[in-house]
Amino acid sequence: MKVHIPSPLLSYTNQQNDVEANGSSIAEMLDDLNRQFPGIRFRMIDEQDSIRPHMKIFVNGEQVWGLETALEGSDEVYILQALSGG
Amino acid sequence: MKSTSKRKPSNAKSEKASVTLLIATKKGAFILNSDGKRRQWEVKGPIFLGNIAHHLVLDPRDRRTMLMAAKTGHLGPTVFRSTDRGKTWKEASKPPAFAKAPEGQKGRVVDHVFWLTPGHASDPGAWYAGTSPQGLFHSEDGGENWESVTGFNDHPMREAWTGGEQDGTPDGPKMHSIIVDPRDPNHLYIGMSSGGVFESMDKGGDWKPLNAGCLSEGAPEKYPEFGQDPHCVRLHPLAPNILYQQNHCGIYRMDRRSPNGDARWERIGEKMPKSIGDIGFPMVLHPRDPDTAWVFPMDGTQVWPRTSPGGKPAVYATHNAGKTWKRQDEGLPKEQAWMTVFRQAMTADARDPVGIYFGTTCGEVWASANEGAKWSCIARHLPHIYAVEAAEI
Repeated sequence: MKVHIPSPLLSYTNQQNDVEANGSSIAEMLDDLNRQFPGIRFRMIDEQDSIRPHMKIFVNGEQVWGLETALEGSDEVYILQALSGG
Repeated sequence: MKSTSKRKPSNAKSEKASVTLLIATKKGAFILNSDGKRRQWEVKGPIFLGNIAHHLVLDPRDRRTMLMAAKTGHLGPTVFRSTDRGKTWKEASKPPAFAKAPEGQKGRVVDHVFWLTPGHASDPGAWYAGTSPQGLFHSEDGGENWESVTGFNDHPMREAWTGGEQDGTPDGPKMHSIIVDPRDPNHLYIGMSSGGVFESMDKGGDWKPLNAGCLSEGAPEKYPEFGQDPHCVRLHPLAPNILYQQNHCGIYRMDRRSPNGDARWERIGEKMPKSIGDIGFPMVLHPRDPDTAWVFPMDGTQVWPRTSPGGKPAVYATHNAGKTWKRQDEGLPKEQAWMTVFRQAMTADARDPVGIYFGTTCGEVWASANEGAKWSCIARHLPHIYAVEAAEI
């Protein structure tokens, strides 16, 4: 599936805005991203497996709140940076 | 203890050696390099512009490795590493993180890495990191991989000691002032805001409070076993039975008869002028004279402005373990200068005479090449400064 990467994380993806990742859930997709781009997962998901406060994940335009959300190969995932102050 | 400041220093750096200052700010890090006379300074950076850098530290054991504690407004906390004195950087493979909580339980999350301390001289590659909320982490490989120090992070008293996550600074409760006894790699000290000062004799396996004599103003018990707010704790490297702390409730010194012997803080800030008080964040020790120290007082009245009292910034120095204090403000603004200097943002070099440096939250770096007698601004318009460390490169 296609995953859109926000600008704060482009240093992990060699400046690629769009990358391909596999997985049948958000958790598996993130694990695959981390295999390809080591360290990227922890910057957006904390050690208790929660999405960090200033990051958001959308699947096909709908925001998801947990990592257990199921995914299909045709899904489009957007990782966004939320507001985070000055 | 007799002062040694007038002796010819045996461990002073060459008078021709330049000094490097490592500046961590809210928007990235900077490196300031001096000429041999410490008169001219060059600013290099920014490093990781936009990252919230809480601490940037050089490893004194190899004088090449640097670690930076960082996060951004969006991204989680991490540690960046350089093995070429800051020319190139890589991220830690395994940054500090608490253990995953069992199903159904609320686990703790590292908000930011706040403090970095190189390990003992006999333990190359070892580092310690303190986090917000209060957590202690250890690396054995130069900061590449970090493990939880479970002797503290899982200690049954940890929650009581730290007072919970609402009991901290506006930027979150913090572990700081991680100190390794230069005589013994197993003997560690930590400071916590809040929580107090603690020590371990077994490299972090177990801990005990070390707060006797230290005031906790406003608490139900004025001198509790723990729960104090040490802003900055220092151990003298040549007289390691002597510790100082700038606390939320005054300036203190501890003289121990043995490395883990009798431990009682004596308030030495009461000889400060009453109009100034003895509240502040940082404290700096003379590298050779255990009786000489510097503080940067701040306004701790009523709603705690945490700015220079009266808008007239000054450093105060003692040369006799706090029996007397001397105001040092030559060269500093005389009025309308509401400086705040954070706990990591004041440091000393190893030269003779000692250079003293501090960075402000309004992005200025001030330096004195003569132990505080005269000050000059060596950098301005930097971002909000969190930490200043003098490095011997």
